[in-house]
Amino acid sequence: MSPPIDFKLRRRTLLAGTAAAAAFASVPRGEAAAQTQSKPAGPETTTVTLNVNGEARKLTVDNRTTLLDALREHLKLTGTKKGCDHGQCGACTCTVNGERINSCLSLAVMHDGDEVQTIEGIGQPESMDPMQAAFVEHDGFQCGYCTPGQIQSARKVIEEIRAGIPSHVTGDLTAEIAITDAEIRERMSGNICRCGAYANILAAITQVAEESA
Amino acid sequence: MRAFSYEKPADPAAAAARAAEVEGAKFLAGGTNLLDLMKLEIETPVHVIDVNGLGLDEITETEEGGLRIGTLVTNTALSADSRIRRDYPLLTRAIAAGATGQLRNKATTGGNLLQRTRCPYFYDTNMPCNKRKPGSGCGALTEGAFSRQLGVIGTSDACIATHPSDMAVAMRALDAVVETVTPAGMTREIPIEEFHLLPGDTPEQETALMPGELITHVRLPAPVGGTQEYHKVRDRASYAFALVSVALVRQSDGSGRVALGGVAPKPWRSDAADKELPNGASAVMSVLLDGARPTEENAFKITLAERTLAAMLKEA
Repeated sequence: MSPPIDFKLRRRTLLAGTAAAAAFASVPRGEAAAQTQSKPAGPETTTVTLNVNGEARKLTVDNRTTLLDALREHLKLTGTKKGCDHGQCGACTCTVNGERINSCLSLAVMHDGDEVQTIEGIGQPESMDPMQAAFVEHDGFQCGYCTPGQIQSARKVIEEIRAGIPSHVTGDLTAEIAITDAEIRERMSGNICRCGAYANILAAITQVAEESA
Repeated sequence: MRAFSYEKPADPAAAAARAAEVEGAKFLAGGTNLLDLMKLEIETPVHVIDVNGLGLDEITETEEGGLRIGTLVTNTALSADSRIRRDYPLLTRAIAAGATGQLRNKATTGGNLLQRTRCPYFYDTNMPCNKRKPGSGCGALTEGAFSRQLGVIGTSDACIATHPSDMAVAMRALDAVVETVTPAGMTREIPIEEFHLLPGDTPEQETALMPGELITHVRLPAPVGGTQEYHKVRDRASYAFALVSVALVRQSDGSGRVALGGVAPKPWRSDAADKELPNGASAVMSVLLDGARPTEENAFKITLAERTLAAMLKEA
């Protein structure tokens, strides 16, 4: 596994941070907040153990920390990306207890004892998962930012079809579901690629589905 | 996001009691809507009660031949359940028409019913919104506002937001019943018809739940049979909220049920409109959408709803 990335405060980060703080101070958000004068009823931090890529990781986090931020900022597993941070783009997709979820819309404290798999646990450059290899073979990306989320979703899409979980485009709800282009496209709709590599992503997923049939 | 304390109770009644006892407390289930709103500081709980440990995640058969769905059953699990697919295909179709695979894996049955509107003026904290900040006005009803997505019926001068759920529209057509536990530890049943409230002068009050009251189950009566279809019309082929959605149950004698999504603050259905089903889409909609007050931008929804049902009746 790659060594953890050493985080440094760079000029870009510093400037962005300062600008955001200034904007926040001058334009207070959330009028609803003003209605609630009460204070938190207990501790604002919690200690949790996440089993990440097979390894138990004990963390004390601010309760507000999302699973995504816990992975990236606390565990330095930066393979999982932050795109929109609102569950719309799918860049943060990772696997929890065997199911794909948006890690940006889940709190770390909700996952005490859970099994979390990130892209780092799926494969490494020297030992790629078949889906990673297929994305490389088919050019299933350009900038690569959405790719970890795409690969997480892609692997689960095949499993979900085989498990008989219906989608919006499934015909007969009581029959076996065929792995078609329409099924894959519909099920991948929560992963946005602004480079528009969709055709090649579809080709990569189809190849893995066929090879593992 | 504002700071909050966190607890994970193990008993539904204890969770409800805590929610009523701690000021500014909020239940957290799947989190897919609540956390989004907390990041925007539209929701600002100071205490979060995580209900994921309550064990309410099973679907069991009832004595009257229906199903009792635990509030924590995920949208994926509910849509994929073999009994639901066989006996309540409308529900599977509606759930599969909403959100994405990742979201449906976390979103829960109770949470789906409680999700907030996606009205852009509710989301934009720089705009007035009577639902977000009572008394501030309705941004969607100001001159030049964008109201294409918003409601055409059941709305008020204070709010024209729609309820965004697809699942709830199917639940309404299937006459589901919401089961709850109150902070005093009593259980209560609320027919889905009465669960969501119309905005009137108080659009911030969205459901019949009392403070601290927790949904424990959603119960489906015995299967109604017939042909069941859910047709969702939206701006993208996938992952978009409905402009109009139609839930249809049609029996072989031409009778049945119709519920609409995307047009009102709650799933929209009436007995009188159901009775018109043998007479066609135009007859149904002239009753169901009687009294509609669309804006210039969303008046198309009236025609769209009728045409969508007409298309479904032709296919059924």
